[in-house]
Amino acid sequence: MHWSFYIVAGLTIGSAIAAMSLRNIVHCALLLTITFAGLALLYLQLNAQFIALAQILIYIGAVAILIVFAILLTRGSDAAPASTRPLRGIACGVVIAIAAFATLARAIGSSAAIRQTSPAAQTATVRQIGQELMKNYIVPLEIVALLLTAALIGAAVIALQERRRSE
Amino acid sequence: MISILLSIIPIIAVFPLLFAITTLLERKGLGRIQNRYGPNRVGPYGLLQPIADGIKMLIKEDIVPRSADWVVHFLAPIALLVPVLLSFSVLPLGRNMAAIDLDGGLLFFFAVGAATELAVFMAGWSSRNKYSLLGAMRAIAQMISYEVPLVLSAIPVVMLTGTLSLTTIVNQQAQFVHGIGSWNLFTPWGLAGAALFLVAATAESNRTPFDIPEAESEIIAGYLTEYSGFKYALFFLGEYLGLFALSSLGVTLFLGGWSAPLVFLDWFPSWGWFFLKLFAMIAFFIWTRGTLPRLRSDQLLRFSWKFMLPMCLINLLVAGLWQYSTTWAVPGAPLLRWVICLVLIAVPYVALARVIEPKVSKRVYRYAA
Repeated sequence: MHWSFYIVAGLTIGSAIAAMSLRNIVHCALLLTITFAGLALLYLQLNAQFIALAQILIYIGAVAILIVFAILLTRGSDAAPASTRPLRGIACGVVIAIAAFATLARAIGSSAAIRQTSPAAQTATVRQIGQELMKNYIVPLEIVALLLTAALIGAAVIALQERRRSE
Repeated sequence: MISILLSIIPIIAVFPLLFAITTLLERKGLGRIQNRYGPNRVGPYGLLQPIADGIKMLIKEDIVPRSADWVVHFLAPIALLVPVLLSFSVLPLGRNMAAIDLDGGLLFFFAVGAATELAVFMAGWSSRNKYSLLGAMRAIAQMISYEVPLVLSAIPVVMLTGTLSLTTIVNQQAQFVHGIGSWNLFTPWGLAGAALFLVAATAESNRTPFDIPEAESEIIAGYLTEYSGFKYALFFLGEYLGLFALSSLGVTLFLGGWSAPLVFLDWFPSWGWFFLKLFAMIAFFIWTRGTLPRLRSDQLLRFSWKFMLPMCLINLLVAGLWQYSTTWAVPGAPLLRWVICLVLIAVPYVALARVIEPKVSKRVYRYAA
């Protein structure tokens, strides 16, 4: 492993831990953005250029902004009142985290995909990805597009109803 | 190592210098438009004004409000400037003069540009000032709305060139047909795309008539209200560099990048052509700033979603038609496809403009007599 991997990995994990543990929720959202950026850098190191750029465009450009907007529109910019964390809650969280990690590790470790010797790393060009999407995977792509359109229209309908009720 | 430095240093040196020149040109140009002289005291013809401004900004007191979140307040100008500088790395500034030739260069440009919205939010939120927050919210709403037409107006170029690499996009435009460069601007979809791109770029870089986030008469200076001294200068720099980056992208996508317009002008250095075109774009932006009044926030958002977006989608269809009509074997086909494509753009343009025009009603003031 290259030393730059450890820098990026440290940054990603560190910002993720900070995003969980800080009190000020806007700080948490901003740190989560650093986690997203770290993930994008990790994809870049894996020669997955398209995924990395899409990760930046979608998660930093859209999802982070959405989170921030949601925070500001629902609870204002003030810091949430300090809540006491019961010990039982922390214990539950730790148990659940360990269980989830163990399940995932077991599933990934025993899967057939990991046994295959990985072929020589090749970079998929954007052109290849586009042609695959438009030829082999055209039906899933269209279904996803339809689903997203339906969700968009649904959101608009709900928003319209709320406005009518408030008037 | 040396090649890395050779690609980074020109970007960091040239574009901030261009920023200094542009501030002077802008103040001079705006002065002339408003029938006054503009800066003319520092140096001959006021040429040294940017240096004086720079020194003033450097030695000014840096004031941070007591209730501000100082870490985020400090990081916001940096978070704005760094992505903008990064976006210059994929732009071909001349023949073989792109710092990195990424396979997905255009995607990189837009991905990095999307990160600036968060910087604006950081600035507005950390200042703990209602005007800052209002300005930031306005800016983000505007940037998100206009990012959609901005990206969609660039997509026809990707469709017809079949690549996201900006270097390849320019190389395809740098060929001469009958002595004239084959720029994308000289096609119907390119013409419409360039116009849409220009409007979206103006809104994306918060320039008049879309400078509502910084409307002095309503919300002081928007998210810049609590910034002073060099942090303010950094914001200013970031904003102008963003404008240059978007202008450069427009030049790259539609105006043939570094290529000459006519074949006998090809002796002029390629980077010279690039910067000439860039200066033409900047002159256009200064001109619009001097002549157009500011819009209202709702007008601006309505214009984006109800006019720009449908026009961009129609332009996509026109680009598709243009691509498939290259094989037409009818006599007079070149003229025919031009006319058909132009009609397909012009009719929806006029119709949409009629439809979205708001009915004029008596204005009701809620909080004023």
